[in-house]
Parts: sequence; C-alpha cells; structure tokens
Amino acid sequence: MKRLLIAALLAGTVFSGTAPASAADVSQYIPLPTYRVGAYASSGELWWAGERDYFRYINEVEGGVEGVKLDYEEFETEWSPDRTVEVYERVKAGKNGSPLAFFFTHGTPATYALLEKAAADRIPLIDPAGGKTETVDGTVFPYAFPLLFSYYSQASTGINYIASKVGGHDKLKGLKIATVYHDSAYGRASQPAVEVLAGKYGFENIQIPVADPGNEQSPQWRQIREQKPDWIFLRTWGVSTVVALKTAQRFGFPADRIIGDVWAGSESDTIPAGAAAVGYSALAPYPGGTGFEIHKRLKAEILDKGKSDLRDPKLFGAVNYNIGLVNAALAVEALRTGYKHFGARPLNGEEGRWAFEHLTIDDKRLEEIGFKGLLQPIRITPHDHEGGGAARIQSWDGEKWVLQTDWIKADHELLNPLIKAGAEAYAKEHGITPRTPETETN
Amino acid sequence: MSMFVETLIGGLLAGTMYSLVAIGFVLIYKASGVFNYAQGSLLLFAALTFVTLTDQGVPAFGAVALTIALLVATAIAIEKLLLRPLTNRSPMTLFMATLGLSYVVEGAAQGIMGSQVRALNLGIDDLPIFLGDIMISQFDLIAAGVALALVVVLSLLFNRTRIGIQLRGVADDTRAALSLGIDINRIWQIVWTVAGLVGLVAGLLWGARQGVQFSLSLVVLKALPVLIIGGFTSIAGAIVGGLIVGAGESLAETYVGPFLGGGITSWFAYALALVFLFIRPAGLFGERQIERV
Repeated sequence: MKRLLIAALLAGTVFSGTAPASAADVSQYIPLPTYRVGAYASSGELWWAGERDYFRYINEVEGGVEGVKLDYEEFETEWSPDRTVEVYERVKAGKNGSPLAFFFTHGTPATYALLEKAAADRIPLIDPAGGKTETVDGTVFPYAFPLLFSYYSQASTGINYIASKVGGHDKLKGLKIATVYHDSAYGRASQPAVEVLAGKYGFENIQIPVADPGNEQSPQWRQIREQKPDWIFLRTWGVSTVVALKTAQRFGFPADRIIGDVWAGSESDTIPAGAAAVGYSALAPYPGGTGFEIHKRLKAEILDKGKSDLRDPKLFGAVNYNIGLVNAALAVEALRTGYKHFGARPLNGEEGRWAFEHLTIDDKRLEEIGFKGLLQPIRITPHDHEGGGAARIQSWDGEKWVLQTDWIKADHELLNPLIKAGAEAYAKEHGITPRTPETETN
Repeated sequence: MSMFVETLIGGLLAGTMYSLVAIGFVLIYKASGVFNYAQGSLLLFAALTFVTLTDQGVPAFGAVALTIALLVATAIAIEKLLLRPLTNRSPMTLFMATLGLSYVVEGAAQGIMGSQVRALNLGIDDLPIFLGDIMISQFDLIAAGVALALVVVLSLLFNRTRIGIQLRGVADDTRAALSLGIDINRIWQIVWTVAGLVGLVAGLLWGARQGVQFSLSLVVLKALPVLIIGGFTSIAGAIVGGLIVGAGESLAETYVGPFLGGGITSWFAYALALVFLFIRPAGLFGERQIERV
C-alpha cells in the first residue's frame, strides 16, 4: 500500500511536470518587505494597507495587469536593512515560476545596502521618494529607481515654495533658512542641494542636526532662537518630527514658517503634536485625503465589500495609506508597460528595468487610473530614474491635511549637474563604465 | 551667561524625565538582581492601555484605575509564568527571559491596541515660563515635580512600611529572607507591579511629549547611562544620574556639538557613562560587589 502511494505521488509529480501551466497563467510575484511592528509600524501599517488594497483592486476588479495576476507576499523586517537584505536573498530567484521583475526596498538604508547586489543580480530596486539621490542617473545606476522625488528635489521644491511665499526668488536673498535634520544618511541627503541653492539665491544656509531618536530637542531649538531663522525646513522622521513641532512652539517659532519634507508630513507627525502642528506645512508628493477618483473606486470595490487591509477605516486616505496606493500604482503601470512590450507574462529583472525605464504616466493616463491630483505626471527614461521631481504643499489645519498648491517642480537645471557629478564620482570609485542607452537594443 | 543657565536648567529638568524611566529598572534590580530589559515595553504597554481606554470614552480616572489593575495582573502573570519557573537560575538567564518578555509585551500591546500614534493630552501645556531672560518649560517643571513626588513615595514605601522592609530584606539576602518566612513570590509580584506603576507615570509624561507610540519603549536607551552613572541599586542614584546625563548632554550639544558637527546627544551620555565606569564601576550610589574568591 505504501509503495502504491509513493508510486501514485511520483506519477502525479511526473504528470504535473509534463503539463506546465502556460506562462500567462503564472502570476507576477511581488515580495513586500514590510514593517507592521517596531518603531515605524504606525507608518507601515497604513502603507501596506494602501499597497495591498490597490493590488487587490487590480486583481479582483481589473482581472490583473493585462491579464497577469499579481502575487504579493509580505515579509516582516521592522524596517531593518539587514532583514530586508535577507528577504531580497530569499526572493531574488522568484517564486512559483515567476521571476522577480523588481524589488521594493521600502526604506533608504535598505536601498543603500542592496545597491551593488541588485546591480549584479540585474534586479531593479524601487524606492520612490527615497534611495540614493545620485541613482537618478540611470547610466551609472541602471538598476536603482528613486522614482518621483529625490532628496535634492525635495530641497529645491521646499525653497521654491518659500520663494513663492516671500514674493519671488529674488526675495530669498538675505533670508536665513535653517534645515533641522535627522542626523542620518537620510537627514543629510539634501545638504549638497541646499548649499547650491543658497549660493544661487543668496540665502543663509543654517544646518542643525538632531540625533536619533530626537525625543529631546531643547538645545537645537535654543540655537534656532539665537540664530533667528526666517524659515525652517524640517527633515526629521518619526518621533523627532513630533518633538520638533512641540519644542518649536515652546520656543515661540511659528508653525506656519516650518516646511516639512515628505517623511515629516503625515498624520503620525501632526496628531500627537496637537495644537503645535496647526499651520505646519509639508511637501506632498503623496497628498493626503480621499477626494481623488481612485478613493471612490476603492471604497466601492474594496472597503465597502470588507476586503480592505485597513484596521481602522477612518484612516482611509491618510498620507501613509496614499503612499502605498501611489507606489503600488507605479509598479502596476510599469508592469503594464513591460507586458505590452514583452507580452503578458511575468517579467524578469532585466525586463523589469526596461519597463520602468519606459514608464510614462501622463495626465490622460492619470485620469484613467483615477490618480489625477494624487500622483504627478511622470516620465522615466534610461537617463532619468526620478521622472517627476515635483510635490504639492499641504498644511495641517488641526484635523486634516489641506492642499495649498498644485505641483511645484524642483529646479532640475540646477540639480542635474550635481547629480551627474555624484554619479560620475561613484562610477569612478567603483570602476563602472556608464552605459549609453541610445546604443542599447531591447 | 543667561544662555548657559537656561541650558543647564533645561538639561536638569529633562534629566528628571530620564530618571523616571531609570527608577523602574532600579526597583526590580534592587529586589531581584535582574536587569529588566522589558521595562521599556511595560512603559509602552501602560501608556498604550491608558490611551486606548480614554479613546474608548473611559474617563481619565477610570482609565488610570483599569490600567493599574491590568498592570497588577500582568505582574502576577510574569511572576507565575516566567520568574517562578526560573527561580535560582543565573542572572543572565533571567535577563534573557526579560528580553523575550519585552518582545511578547510589545507585540501583544501593538497587536491588541494597534500601532497607530496616539495623542495624549494630560492638560499640561508645553509652554515657556520666563524668569528674567531664562526660559523654562512648564511641562518639564511639572514632570520634575512628579519625579520628586515619586521618589518621596517610593522612599516611604521602602523605609516605612512592612512590605518595604521585606523588599529590602529580599534584596540584601534572598536566602536569609526565605528562611525568615518572607514570601519571595509575593515580593516579586509587588515589585513588578510597582515598576509597572512607575512605567505608567513615565509613559504618560513621555507620551504627552512625543505621542504614544512604539518609540516610547526606546526611551529606556536614555535610562542605561543614567543607571551606570547613578548605580543600579539606588533610587537617589537614578535621580542624580538623570540630572547628570540631562545637564551634561544639553550643555555638550550646545557648546561642544558645533565643533563636532552637532547631533551628539545620542552618544554623549554613553561616553559619560564610560568615564564613570572607569572611575566608579558601581555608579555613584551603587553597592560595591565584593565577592570571596
């Protein structure tokens, strides 16, 4: 009997091997290194809800991307880069017949850790509004995609917004602009851009670091009180944003003169700060709110049908939820671009790179997918892996974020030489010969 | 000069907030010789429970009472399920057990009550008070008052009550205390409850400052240098250690930080603690361990 069973199992194995599912029947595997527990869980929980809800919508309502279903799987990392590297090693070969078309790093430190590995494995690293700024240059970094909004663009957009508030760029001359930053690679990333901008526009550039975790900032804000800056660019993260806003209030610095960057501008930053956050503004490549077409579709098809990953439906449309939506949409549209070119089947890393490097989402497409106003028009090329470089500005009214502006673009003419120089230095240091995309065939 | 005085006073007041966290460690270490790695998790658990209850419409007084009840139940559960089976094991084994406990408490707290950041308003505005040119935080001043009151209450508990004398007896010589009929299991339950209550006070004050969220459990990182400087077995040491760390890092950030690129508070307290380790390994108020070899 035992032998019979083994024979039957073997026969089953052989049989299943002789009749493989067609490539189109295989889902595209998308691993998601996530952090639902740990220090950053409050952001992560909403972020992954946004990503999962959108992927579920694509699978269940639209029947997949060009007919290819998405097979997404979470791995808990607690935002630890070493665990993200472990996840990468585990999934890089793909799963269930699907190769890996790209890898969401979900964090700048993880992107730094994987930069060389992923380039060697030919797997694109996707880190919208994060990553290493120089990787915008796709000729040196073909497998890194800091989509949407690099750290240099964040600095430039912030300065452009301040210019609009003071009556023009010529009025920036003589102003004091202090950057209060989380003392980490992330926090320091915008410094070269601010320095160049200060040189061009003639404002005084004051840089004030806050050591992690930043739960006591009196010395920093005492320094600010002494130096009397006109504006503050807040590049903090997590608890250091809440404490910054509260300490600013104590030292009498007005919240409406503080501009937060993308990672200092969610409800997790403003709600605990209470009254101290009223009037505070932040760069919003991912605006908050539910007034966008995609939210209507998701509400009807996912939330109202009890299929959402959100624990608390009141957080539908929170900034972190919308980050998940936008990032998922970028992945879906890139895959769609790839499927149209290579055929509707799971893509591998090199095909994934081609797909991202040919991703264009114009206003018409934004209307079609319901992201108009929530996502900026984007055009990625082999030379430009950012593709956007703009943000809206939103202000906290005590209960919700209120959008103040349309998309404000960064000064790319000024930033591109800086990015190019950084990429060239990296290429020289690592012995990389920059590619010439124009000569490539695909 | 006023800048120096303001920085010093601000640092001293901030230091009392660190002391509040350190006291929780001291209580358990004094009574059982265990370095309780889970103190930060207990602090998070207590503050999160309070905020969850008030979010559900429970009045603040009721929320405090229910949180205390839950902390008592937790202390009993920890003693029965974790400490009792490990009686007479090495301090390292017990330390590792508290390490595991911290993950369980953190995970359970976030799993049951959610991981979203919650605002906590204790009705104490973080507004400035001016004494001439010197600005003092009203919030920090009240927090310092609370820390002082807590020290007085704990001193009375340890020195003037029967339970306190038993606690000190167990801390001095566990076997002798056992031979005198002191119920060591009950003592452990009491001390873990008191540590939980201290965690609740610290959690509420820190939570009001930075929101109730996971990072509350990380404030213990500030308590470690405080304990090294003040000593692991002295509540007065925790207070003095907190004042030294608070004032030291505040003055260093202001006057030394600019020459080192700033942002030095994350390591300065540890560097200071290292100096104390060389000079006085048991800390300023700690008991020197003398062992016969």
